[in-house]
Amino acid sequence: MITFLTRRLISAVALLLVVSALTFFLMDLLPDPGRGILGVSATDEQLASKRRELGLDRPVVPRYLDWLWAALRGDLGTSWTTGLDVADSIGTKLPVTLSLTLTATVVCALFGIALGLFAAIRRGIVDRSVHVLAVAGFAIPGLWVGILLVALFAVRLDWLPATGYVPLAESPVDWARSLVLPVATIAVSGIAAIAQQTRNAVATVLERDYVRTLRSRGLPLRRVLLVHVLRNATPPALTVVGLQFIGLLGGALVIEQIFALPGLGSLAIGATSQSDVPTVQGVVLVSVCVVVSVNLVVDLATGVLDPKVGMR
Amino acid sequence: MEPVNATAAADPAQPLLTIDKLVVEYRTGGRRRPPLRVLHEVSLEVHAHETLGLVGESGSGKTTLGRAVLGLAPVAGGTITFAGTRIDGLGRRARRGPSRDIQVVFQDPYGSLNPSMTIGDILTEPLTARHTHTRRAARERIGELLDAVGLPADTAARSARELSGGQRQRVAIARALAPGPRLIICDEPVSALDLSTRAQVINLLVELQQATGVAYLFIAHDLSVVGHVSDRVAVMSRGEIVECADATRVTTDPEHPYTRNLLLAAPVPDPARQAQRRAARHRLAAQGSPAG
Amino acid sequence: MNDNQTAAIAPPTAAEAPAQSPDRAKPAAESVPAAAPRRHGPAGRFLRDPIAVAAAAVLLLVIATGVCAGLLTEHGPNKAALDAVLADPSGTHPLGGDGSGRDVLSRLLYGSRTSLFAGAIATGVALLIGVPTGLAAGYVGGWWDALSSWVANLFLALPGVVVLLALVAVRGPGLVGSMVVLGVLTAAPVFRLVRGEVKRVRGEPYVDAARVAGLSDPRIMGRHILRVVRVPIITQASLIFGLALIIESGIAFLGLGEADRASWGAMLNDASVHVYDNAMLSVWPGAAITLTVLAVTLLGAGLRDAFEDAPKPPAATRRRRVRGPAREPAVRVDTGALLVVDGLEVAYPAPGGEAAVVDAVSLRVDRGEILGLVGESGCGKTQTALAVLRLLPVGGEIRSGRVMFDGRDLAALSERDVNALRGRRIGYIPQDPMSNLDPSFRIGSQLVEPLRAHLGLSRDAARRRALELLDRVGIADPARVFAAYPHQVSGGMAQRVLIAGAVAAEPDLLIADEPTTALDVTVQAEILDLLRSLRREHGMGMILVTHDLGVVADICDRVAVMYAGEIVETATSADLFARPAHPYSAALLAAIPDGAGARSRLPTIPDRVPSVHDRPSGCRFAPRCAYAAPGCAVHPEPTTHRDGAVRCVRVENEVIVWNR
Repeated sequence: MITFLTRRLISAVALLLVVSALTFFLMDLLPDPGRGILGVSATDEQLASKRRELGLDRPVVPRYLDWLWAALRGDLGTSWTTGLDVADSIGTKLPVTLSLTLTATVVCALFGIALGLFAAIRRGIVDRSVHVLAVAGFAIPGLWVGILLVALFAVRLDWLPATGYVPLAESPVDWARSLVLPVATIAVSGIAAIAQQTRNAVATVLERDYVRTLRSRGLPLRRVLLVHVLRNATPPALTVVGLQFIGLLGGALVIEQIFALPGLGSLAIGATSQSDVPTVQGVVLVSVCVVVSVNLVVDLATGVLDPKVGMR
Repeated sequence: MEPVNATAAADPAQPLLTIDKLVVEYRTGGRRRPPLRVLHEVSLEVHAHETLGLVGESGSGKTTLGRAVLGLAPVAGGTITFAGTRIDGLGRRARRGPSRDIQVVFQDPYGSLNPSMTIGDILTEPLTARHTHTRRAARERIGELLDAVGLPADTAARSARELSGGQRQRVAIARALAPGPRLIICDEPVSALDLSTRAQVINLLVELQQATGVAYLFIAHDLSVVGHVSDRVAVMSRGEIVECADATRVTTDPEHPYTRNLLLAAPVPDPARQAQRRAARHRLAAQGSPAG
Repeated sequence: MNDNQTAAIAPPTAAEAPAQSPDRAKPAAESVPAAAPRRHGPAGRFLRDPIAVAAAAVLLLVIATGVCAGLLTEHGPNKAALDAVLADPSGTHPLGGDGSGRDVLSRLLYGSRTSLFAGAIATGVALLIGVPTGLAAGYVGGWWDALSSWVANLFLALPGVVVLLALVAVRGPGLVGSMVVLGVLTAAPVFRLVRGEVKRVRGEPYVDAARVAGLSDPRIMGRHILRVVRVPIITQASLIFGLALIIESGIAFLGLGEADRASWGAMLNDASVHVYDNAMLSVWPGAAITLTVLAVTLLGAGLRDAFEDAPKPPAATRRRRVRGPAREPAVRVDTGALLVVDGLEVAYPAPGGEAAVVDAVSLRVDRGEILGLVGESGCGKTQTALAVLRLLPVGGEIRSGRVMFDGRDLAALSERDVNALRGRRIGYIPQDPMSNLDPSFRIGSQLVEPLRAHLGLSRDAARRRALELLDRVGIADPARVFAAYPHQVSGGMAQRVLIAGAVAAEPDLLIADEPTTALDVTVQAEILDLLRSLRREHGMGMILVTHDLGVVADICDRVAVMYAGEIVETATSADLFARPAHPYSAALLAAIPDGAGARSRLPTIPDRVPSVHDRPSGCRFAPRCAYAAPGCAVHPEPTTHRDGAVRCVRVENEVIVWNR
């Protein structure tokens, strides 16, 4: 278990290093970094002086090492366009995005796993509906669902706010109200996808010989389901939830835009259209960190639950 | 049936296949761990037209031995000679020469035929692989082969998944016969089959040998089946041959304690005789552990 | 994603043997179904799938509108007219105008070009990179496998949309560029899929057989491996296509797409701005995306099914407990018997009705008696055993008959009451030791759990009892096995553990389903010795399902021979082996090589066991029987014969009439 854990940790760190280096070198390909700041009318001289000012006349490798060293201490540099500290702006935006993605993941996982379990055990109409919903949920773009929900619940019925975000610390009720529609938008496809995968995982385990043998020992069906089937079906279901969460990080950009949530999405989109390299790099780094930690948690959970994995 | 390839029938006293001090090792896990030795200097001979039975329990290395002859297992030492030519350690390309003379029938009738191909395609494969047959000649030959294994000619148009286990095993035998081999490795060819089908396939193998003169290396765990089809029987345990003798000798009065235990452990379909054998086995066990 | 594993179980016998015709031109050979329903190639199967055809039609329509956009509307997609701003549908603007006064229909039509183009690029790039690298990694293995797998894992860990944004930041908006990058990112799952499939196929015996047949590597790759991986690739490709459409619309929605390119995503952006004025604006592009993605996904699923040609299992319905009227017992239920099965029928849903895999089976087991249940596969032995335990696979149910155990009808008890008997009064030993232990729990906890739940033992007492049991079944180091996971012990050891579990509560009846089939003969002999001594100690009755007549001779007191779902002969072991009464029993015994007359022709039974759907209406064995006579056209009832019963017309007044 210890070796398993260390190996996962080492590969996670290696992944972070490689991705950060790749983004850094990709960003370095930007032809005229100054143009995004100075505008199209900037002369070559102005661009060159801006280059020097940003320190871009130095070779890329030492610059990367400097950036990395600073990043390790929590300093992600300063935005080229706003002059704000990148780490600070990410720090204010990240809670919004995490509120959205974590809440959505929890909602999807809870309902999806319950529905998938139900579909696998009872089959019949529930099972078929889950399958149809999973296909439909994949096809319907989240942004359209978002617009429809706003049109119905915010514009027509006026039950919920269409846009905006209230921090949790300010007012828990308003925080929850501001998240209902965005989370619902994600849940439409998320629940169905997780339910479908959970159903498949549970159905596979239910057919295993040992389930019958356990029942032949006189263990009640409910106990076999809750202890043995769930335990064996959890690793695949967990992997799906992890993938779902990673997908949500991308999906959140669009959702935040629809509902005007001041999250990482708005920061990233603004920075992207203005070629604000330090901000984009910061956002990529933070997203990859989140992804890597989610994968690490899923891996560790799988290692704990599946003795064959954990002992390797 | 067309007779076997009569190319190198030079010396009739020469064995067809000679395995000399064969060692097979598999790498397990990391580079630091020593490789797992599956065969320890195994020596065997198979003569033309004969059936050599090879019995042993799971993990004894009998299947690995067959795979080594087929070029499907890593040979770490010793030699395999077929009709006077070394065939161990040949590259994939050089291997394609002798492979015409050595064919195989596997145990699992479900896995050994590609489920998405028709029987005709499966049987064409070994014929056209070396450009020995035109497609037209191949089609005629397939008719002959199907007839030889007792399947109707229209089987060629069917896919493997439409056939039963026994029928699939007949197709596998037809595929092995296709290039006119001199040796067929039969790796547990009947152990996945039901009793009545098993007898059909055993009879077929015996008949085909009588018609074509092909030699068999017949690998199985069931001593009664091996004893029935073989001229000689070799017994394997833990990667070594513990006994190799005339088939009747091995199946009635074996020398090695391991073989004796194996023979007594296999139950016979006769309650009275089986009770005697059980008693004999308990006596043998009481005398001391015969394992090894 | 929508990898829908159909979990329904077809009735075992129906799935095992395909239909069989009475064609007996070659008596020694097996006949191949001649009049089987006409089979179709992939194209034929595809055309028979209405959903797939509809999906293909929708997709063709989308392609056509994209190609012919210029002919279908006179408006340019970017041409704005002031009078058309948020205009209602009219003759000039059939779907109205958008927030900037552009024609909605025109943008919708031209938008399909963008979407299809985006999907094609991403899918093409993903397949071009993922398939060859996956094939190479799976087939060649080695360092290439290690390196490419590492890179694929790296790509899988990237948040795709964020990477796309970073790209746009550097390169500016560009459809082709972003779709190529999306393709590169989604090549990772394609790579993983192909690599996994190739690794699986590479170990199949048919690939070895092709190698032995002299096929070169490229030909093996082309003929065998690609053929198998194409189906999952199709499914994956359709998902990538759909994903590309959705991501393209997302990028355009965020305003990061090419400004002058009509896109459904950009239309949704416009619609979201005007959600207060004109809610209809979002419907057209939204529905277009949904419909197109749906069509692509369903088309992929349809193609998969067409290529796979797997017989569709009958829809598994919820288990109903509908039992036919209980028939009058044919034999009087005597009190001395431990178990009396009477007129048992087990059926599964099948295409075109129901398949009775077990039919009118009656048998009895006394205390301390071992009854052998023998027959070839597909005869219903295991189904009978599982029916007694009321643990039939999904779909299977007891349609009629009684299973009297200790004065109670197991077939009629509630699940709760049966459960109280299972494990405690009736034990079960399964066939395959490795698949019957839960891989996620230690062996000890799997033994302790029922002891505590059932016998109410304390944790310590249950642990002591489990260790005792492991010692009793001949495990040399009980403490080590107790703490081990199932994958850490051998097959023989695992079977001993399962026996320990079955006899933990000292049950009165033990149901053993091929308990030694997966084991070596020396281990089998030890296991049979163990069962024999357990029977002696506890006076257990036992049903032992087996196809090995040697095992029957070794341990069984009485035997029931099953053929095609029914019992054809019951007899004492001594009688069955010395004087088999039913021609099927006699033929089975004759087919065993007995050492005498080596290489002689073994007596065989022509053909094979008929499938559930092809059972003759008369005697089920008659078409294969050497003694078949006109009288066999009537289905025979069991007749008492010596100490048992025989289902054969030749047995009259307890005498066999040899009418050959």
